[in-house]
Formats: sequence, C-alpha cells, structure tokens
Amino acid sequence: MTTIDATPPAADQKGAALNRRRRVYRPNTKYIPILATLALLVVMYISGLVNYENFDQPSVIVNLFRDNAVLLAVAVGMTFVILTGGIDLSVGAVISLTTTLAATLLQGGWPPLLVLPLVLLLGALLGAGMGAVIHYFKVEPFIATLAGLFLARGLALFINQNSIPIRDKLWIALSDLRIPLGETTKTTLTAIVALAVVLIAAGVLAWTRFGRNVYAIGGSADSALLMGLPVARTRIAVYTISGFCAALGGVLYTINSTSGHALQGTGTELDAIASCVIGGVLLTGGAGYVFGSLLGVMVFGLITTIINFQGDLNAAWTRIVVGILLFGFIVLQRLVTRRAR
Amino acid sequence: MGEPATNPVLEMTGIRKVFPGVVALDGVDFRLFPGEVHALMGENGAGKSTLIKVLTGVYGIDGGDIRLGGEEVRIAGPLAAQKAGISTVYQEVNLCTNLTVAENIFIGREPRTFGKIRWGAMRKRAAELLQRLDLDLDVSAPLSTYSLAIQQMVAIARAVDISAQVLVLDEPTSSLDASEVEQLFRVMRRLKADGVAILFVSHFLDQVYEISDRLTVLRNGQLIGEYRTAELPQVQLVEKMIGKELATLESLEDKAQQSRTKSAAADPLLRAEGVGRTGAIAPFDLTIHKGEVVGLAGLLGSGRTELARLLFGADRPDQGELSLDGKPVTLRDPQVAMKRGIAFSSENRRTEGIIGDLSVRENIILALQATRGWTRPIPRRKQDEIVDKYIKALQIRPADPERPVRNLSGGNQQKVLLARWLITEPRLLIIDEPTRGIDVGAKAEIQKLVAELSDGGMAVLFVSAELEEVLRLSHKIAVLRDRRLVEELDNTAGVDADRIMQTIASGATS
Repeated sequence: MTTIDATPPAADQKGAALNRRRRVYRPNTKYIPILATLALLVVMYISGLVNYENFDQPSVIVNLFRDNAVLLAVAVGMTFVILTGGIDLSVGAVISLTTTLAATLLQGGWPPLLVLPLVLLLGALLGAGMGAVIHYFKVEPFIATLAGLFLARGLALFINQNSIPIRDKLWIALSDLRIPLGETTKTTLTAIVALAVVLIAAGVLAWTRFGRNVYAIGGSADSALLMGLPVARTRIAVYTISGFCAALGGVLYTINSTSGHALQGTGTELDAIASCVIGGVLLTGGAGYVFGSLLGVMVFGLITTIINFQGDLNAAWTRIVVGILLFGFIVLQRLVTRRAR
Repeated sequence: MGEPATNPVLEMTGIRKVFPGVVALDGVDFRLFPGEVHALMGENGAGKSTLIKVLTGVYGIDGGDIRLGGEEVRIAGPLAAQKAGISTVYQEVNLCTNLTVAENIFIGREPRTFGKIRWGAMRKRAAELLQRLDLDLDVSAPLSTYSLAIQQMVAIARAVDISAQVLVLDEPTSSLDASEVEQLFRVMRRLKADGVAILFVSHFLDQVYEISDRLTVLRNGQLIGEYRTAELPQVQLVEKMIGKELATLESLEDKAQQSRTKSAAADPLLRAEGVGRTGAIAPFDLTIHKGEVVGLAGLLGSGRTELARLLFGADRPDQGELSLDGKPVTLRDPQVAMKRGIAFSSENRRTEGIIGDLSVRENIILALQATRGWTRPIPRRKQDEIVDKYIKALQIRPADPERPVRNLSGGNQQKVLLARWLITEPRLLIIDEPTRGIDVGAKAEIQKLVAELSDGGMAVLFVSAELEEVLRLSHKIAVLRDRRLVEELDNTAGVDADRIMQTIASGATS
C-alpha cells in the first residue's frame, strides 16, 4: 500500500515524460487536407499560366468569385451542417424555390425590399423545420432533407415551370453594379456578398460558443449532450443557416441573371457537398474549415475556367475531374484520420 | 465501522429501483464523506451501475431519498446532477476528441468578451488547472493526440472545475496500464486532499486497497455493508462480494472431489509458454492435456475471457509461444484455430454467438459449414441427421429444428451454441460462462455434458465465475487475478473454494 500524499518528484518527471511520449501525432495534421487543396489550386493555376495566354489577368481570379458566388454561399451553409456530421440535400431545391418565388413576386409588383427579406426568411424557416425534424424525431438528415428537396422543388414548379424575367429596378441596378478593385479590375456585388458570407461564417465558427458547439456535436453528439451543450438549439441552427445560405444563393442567382427558374439549382447540393469534401471538411463531422470549402469551390471554378480557356474540351470534363478529385480527397482524409487514431 | 468526524456530503438512504421483472436496488444506503475515496464493490448485476446512474440522474428512483450536504434533492438528469455538484467520469470518456484539450475543459463555459471567445485566456486557465493536477499537457493540441488515460484526466479536470463536491469515477482504470493508473491515483489523491468526495468503481482489488479509504459492498441489489478498507481483509471482501459462506462451499467440494479425481496423465494437447497480450493479460504458462477439464477461476475483469480469446486466436498474443501436439502454432485468427480443432463458445451468447432470427438447425450447422467453406454446402439430409442427433443428445427443447432460436430459453440457446461447436468435433472446447443466466436444471445438464465430453477424450477449458462449478468439473484450476494467472492448482483433496478465494483475494502462492 502506498503512502497517502507525498508524491516523489521522480514520479512527477516520469508522469511528464509519459505525457509527452503519449503524443501520437503533430497537431498540424488537421491542416493537411486544406493544404493539399491549396497546393492543388496553385498547381492548377500555374498550369493555366503556362498553357494559356491572358491567364495571368487578375480578372481570372476575381471572376472565380463572380461565377461561383451562388455555390460559395451554399457551400458555406453546407459546411456548418457537415461539421455537425449531418448533410443537407435540400439546398439546390431551396435555390430554385427562392428564385422562382422572388421573380414571381417582383413580377407581381411587390416591393423589392419586402421580397428580399421574405425569401431569405423562407429559406431559413425551411431549414429550421428540417433541423427540428432531424433532432426531435431522430430522423436521418439524409431523409429529412431529401423530403425538403422534394417539397421545395415541387413548390417551385407549382409556382411556375418556366423562366421568369425580373424587371425590377433595384434588382437590375444591383445586377449592373460593378465594384472597382484596383485600376483595371471590377467585380460584382454578388462576389462581394459571397466573400462576406465566408468571412462571417469563419469568424462565427472560430470565435463563438455556437461555432465551437458545432464542432463538438460533430465530434460526438452524445458527449456534447453530457457536457451540457445546447445540442438541440445548435443542430436546428445549422440547418437554419444552411437554408438561409441556400436562399441567399438563390437571391444572388436572381441578381446575376435577372431571372428566376424552377430548375435552377438542380444538383447544386451535390456540388456544395463535393466542394466541402475537396476543401477538407470531414463528412463524419467535427473537422474542417469554411476556408477549406472556399478552396473547394475555387477548385470547381478553376477547372471550368481552364476548360473555357482550352476551348475545345467538353464541359463534362469538369465532372470527371471533380469525381477523380473527390476520390483522392476522401482517401486522403481517411489516411489522415487513421493516423490520428 | 468507523465514521469520519465530518458530516457526509452525500447520503443515500433506502434507495429502491425496480426494472420490469427485476429489483435492481433494494433499500440500499450509501454515504460519501468529503475528502475520501470510497469504493463501490460488487460482482456483475450487484447493482453498482444502477446506483451510480441513480446518483447521476440517469435513472429516477422508486423509493428512498438522496441528501446532498444535508438537503434532500431530486436529481432530474445528468445536467441537474452536475449543477448540484455531482460530476461523473465514465470509463468511455465523454469528451470530444476532435477539439483541443483546453476546449474540452471549457466548452460551454468559455471566457468571452462581447460574445467572442478569449482563446488565450482559456488556454492559460486550462494549463493552470491541469498543472494543479500535475499534468503537463499541450492544451492547444487536439484531445485525440493523447492516450485514453490522459483523456480521462482531462475529463476529471473538467468535472472538478465545474463542481468540486462529488466526483464519480466509473471504472476509470479498466483500460489503463500500471503507470497510467499510478498517474490517475496521484490526481485522485490531490483532489482528495482538496476535500473532494470521490466514488470509485474498479474490478481490480489491489487498486481498491491502494486508493480507497472506505468501501461499500453490494450484492444482488442489496447492501451488504460499509467498511473501512484497511479493516477488511481481502478474503472477507471477496466472500462478501461472491456471497457464499465458506461452510456451504465446503459441502459442495466433497462432491467435487469424488467426481474429478482422475489425473491428467494423458498427452499435452495445447501448451502456452509465456503467452500474453499487453493490456489484456500478463504472460502465462498453461498446459491443457487431452481429456482434461481446465477451469479458469477469477473475479469479473480478472482476465478470464482475455486468456480464452488468446487461445482461440480471437486476439493475437504479442508475446510467448503456443504449441499444439508439441508443435508450435500461430493462431492467426479464429478460423485457423477452428481448423486445428479448437472451438470457442462465447460468453455473450446473445451478441457474439446465437443468431436469433435463424432456426435451431441453421445455428447448429453454422460453424461446421464455416469450416467446410461456403462453396461446399452440407446436404440438407445430412444437416437434418446431425441436428436431430444433437437435439436429442443435448435435450434441446422444444425439439423443433426449424424454430427460430430467439424463441428458446437461455439454457436451450446455450445448448444450441454448444451443439454448434460439438459437431465440428473439436479436440479442445473453450466455453466461456456457459451457465450464466440459465436455470439450475439446464446448468446441471450442461455441467454433466462437459464431464462426459472430457471422459470421451475432449479437452475442455471451462471459464466460469462460479467457483463451485469450476471445482466440480475441473481436473486443474488456473486462478486469475488482476489480469494475471496467479496460480495453477490440481483439483485434489487440499483444494477447496476457500483455497481459491484466498488466491483470488491475495494473489499469493502460499
């Protein structure tokens, strides 16, 4: 039997040595997937520079944000959901519902400053509804959001099956607005909004209790509950955010194209999920960054850009390359997490 | 029974908890004083977990009352328990390993200014807190980079930082190695000195005697007593836990001696030399002869199952050598073991053995089919023949081969499981707890069967928590304690339950 409290100093040292020995890997392992995506982007960009004239224009990069503003907004919302270990399949349909509804209401002469918050609120409410079903009825996110997909898409098609032009003055003004960046480059409002969403989301995830709860739930929802974290509130909130971001994506689309269409956004949910995964967000939850998803969207955009520059390539190549990249990144994630065990 | 000078911080009186068909706790009293480590002792099903779950608010109670600091309280849930000052650290750590050490301690309570988390302050406070517990960790590293032992201590740090009155440690040491246990005990002593009341559950008697001041023994949901650890010899503790008076045990032994006097002069079948697996069981030597029944005795968690699994290839030993018929063998996996004539009937017949939705026939035929490979199905007529024979031989009831096994009683399920292995005609049959949870009649039948098999030349490794059963059946008894084979006894005149209990309790080879 040992003595009660006189801990010998030697044992302390041994304990400290034990602690150090027990370290299995360096903490920066969590950055490996995001660094891999960054490296991939750089390689793609350099290959573009080498192969094509005019690829060195700043507008190539700036236009990535303009052309992918919708996907970027949606991918940010999706990142929140995936970080909790969930998935949101409804976002593409929420985009189509938003664009159709906004265009129809504007056509009907509703004031644009009412239409804008209304459609954003609708998206958020849809998300909150799905989140509540997922949490309180313990429904798989896949199924609950699949139902949301059908509901939103069906509503959009019910409102109008055709493309609806937008003639509203404010919308057209926003669409035509160009924000100068430096001397020669300009960009659209939509690109700025999308970028702002990324920055706000990154701040929320890194610096607020809500953000950390999102990570905790993704790590282990049971533990989070036992640690007294507001699991219900947080889980519903991430789907609300995702719904809001999808609605925002829809609004950005109507501004970009000054029209709404019920088939707009078909498959966007899959592009968003792919962007998150390529950006290093772990599908099982608990690991990843909004900036990773940003990089994932940029990969998407850059592939399209390169195909456009090449000129004679089939657009299907975007999908083929994304497919290959997805396989690669999923394997990479598996390797990294296995090493972490 | 001694009583500390202060008042108890926690007092549970007459606690009663009923589950459908079972009284899990029947009028149990439990007291916890500030600055003590109090061990809660009992075998499987004694009611330890239930009592802890009552205390931590997972279960409500059907009777009795709980007083914290003299005030009667109702604990509505884990969060309410935490608020009231009762924190629990479970064996499986309930933290988020993807977050950093500091976050795990402070999540939900992060220091903030205007809603923004002050990471620097949080890390600093986490480091200070861990320093007080003698832990030198990188608080900004993800928790997953640390061993389970460290994760547990981080959980303890979080628990005591939230509320430092009562700390419940439910089997914290079961997957730690010796130096990690020592580290945990240092932390516990530090907390004890700070006046924290610690409820400690462990299956390791040595640990209980090393760390605890007092202990409470439960058996079958009833309070056996509360004792000062230093004043209760280990043998008496084991007696109280197992609950058989030595006198009753002695009468059983006479029968045992009569039936199992046969000596093991036969050839050795399986010999283990220095076989062990880190974290599961210390290296041991064991020889099993043809036609011999070797009993494995020891308390729950003493390493009985772990030893058996090594001999079946379910786990691979990381040291030592196994030889079969004098030739070295490597049992890479259970399939290899089965091909060599070793069969293993698992202790968890529900989860690892019986497939409830398949019929009796399908369950019995399973292992034989597996050894033949799925490309060579056993003809139906042959199947029926074999199955009928064993249903008769083992008296499986109802004697209907097409009935789903789910609908059979526990004892009959166990016989189906035995039949499954017997038809593979093993040379060594390993049976882990075959009689647990089945009625007396079926128990006797299974025991009789084991004896007959051994008379027929089959070697049997018989694992059981019930000493009298081991004594009755075995030619030789290997006694395990704290994951170590401490003694091997020939089941001759001098060996009785008292003798085995001595060994279990003290570990000494007297």
